[in-house]
Amino acid sequence: MARDMSDKEILKMELDQLKKEVSTARTPLAANCAQTVSMVEELFPNDPLIKGVSDEKNPYKGDKGGCTVT
Amino acid sequence: FPKQTFSLCCKPFRCRSLPARRKYMRSPLVPEMATQEVQLNETLSHLKTESDTLKTKLEEERAKLHDVELHQVAEKVDGLGQFVMKTRRTLKGHGNKVLCMDWCKDKRRIVSSSQDGKVIVWDAFTTNKEHAVTMPCTWVMACAYAPSGCAVACGGLDNKCSVYPLSLDKNENLAAKKKSVAMHTNYLSACSFTNSDMQILTSSGDGTCALWDVESGQLLQSFHGHAADVLCLDLAPSETGNTFVSGGCDKKANVWDMRSGQCIQSFETHESDINSVRYYPSGDAFASGSDDATCRLYDLRADREVAIYSKESIIFGVSSVDFSLSGRLLFGGYNDYTINVWDVLKGTRVSILFGHENRVSTLRVSPDGTAFCSGSWDHTLRTWA
Repeated sequence: MARDMSDKEILKMELDQLKKEVSTARTPLAANCAQTVSMVEELFPNDPLIKGVSDEKNPYKGDKGGCTVT
Repeated sequence: FPKQTFSLCCKPFRCRSLPARRKYMRSPLVPEMATQEVQLNETLSHLKTESDTLKTKLEEERAKLHDVELHQVAEKVDGLGQFVMKTRRTLKGHGNKVLCMDWCKDKRRIVSSSQDGKVIVWDAFTTNKEHAVTMPCTWVMACAYAPSGCAVACGGLDNKCSVYPLSLDKNENLAAKKKSVAMHTNYLSACSFTNSDMQILTSSGDGTCALWDVESGQLLQSFHGHAADVLCLDLAPSETGNTFVSGGCDKKANVWDMRSGQCIQSFETHESDINSVRYYPSGDAFASGSDDATCRLYDLRADREVAIYSKESIIFGVSSVDFSLSGRLLFGGYNDYTINVWDVLKGTRVSILFGHENRVSTLRVSPDGTAFCSGSWDHTLRTWA
């Protein structure tokens, strides 16, 4: 547990982790960003919070859930 | 003798009753250990130097792939028009700060937990309370709905994560069926069921995350790597495999392999505690919100931060973040009582939502993306659409 570890142990842990990470496989940003943008553009028309929902289908229509008179 | 340094992390932190979080705290020295201290210091500074060298190398490797900015690629995308989002429901019933909430997969029910020790299950459409459980501790900092909708998990200052099966019988005492699953050595900060009701992932103030079997309470895997309290976690969308991301007081966001327990990627660009992490809908990126008043987006394939969502006028910390269904919007709940809505691609803020009367502490978009819910220190939850 981090709280029980000495400063040295924590530094050692970070060092070991850094050694692993330096050799991680990475791809250039341009391709990744383009992919992200195209994914969003594809899903965008169906995003209810952006496009809105018609009143008939909107479960939150109106201020209250409504009331029933018995 | 070397000067004793004892640095406490004193800042407006979430739980005043918690011990201050430490960052590289030195333990008090005994005089006889003076020579040992000199040796220790040499080793420590040697380790630090090596660590800094590697960090520089890592930055160089990452920088090589920094050929473009996200907002540049997104220049040709249409700007977002005006859209209205307002509070549709206010859920009142908690007696103190709301600390956490989660949606049920039925897109209608919500579980929330509070400093008052209560965990409440609500019907978000009607605002009715369906279940209420009183925990044996106050500050229930984490709660989660089971995928089946038949149980909720929660925990906090009790250092545990407990699962309560939800009964159809409203009169039944839920506390009687409580099952203790996770045991940490410090507070529980977050919990989440995996794809089934059978396993729970937890994060804790003890600096670790852990995966547990619900039925037996057995520890299946533990995740060590954070140097201070872990505050949040999020599981990757199921299609993208067995990983999760965690954020902590060491300013790091770590991506973990759930099977091996290894940390596979780590990001340290925030300037303060990371309070919230959330995967992007594609699973190839994640967002984080921090006490440094910024939200950031990290691309996992490029292994770097790709966007910062901030403004000079925003100086209060972000407590929670979540994406809209398409990933175009990023919602951030802030300690200045507002919710800022960001255009993920262009990096600009599109809206500020007012309504809460105290810090926004938790925020989640519903499973079908039709609404999102925010919880606050003002004791209420609000659903927005």
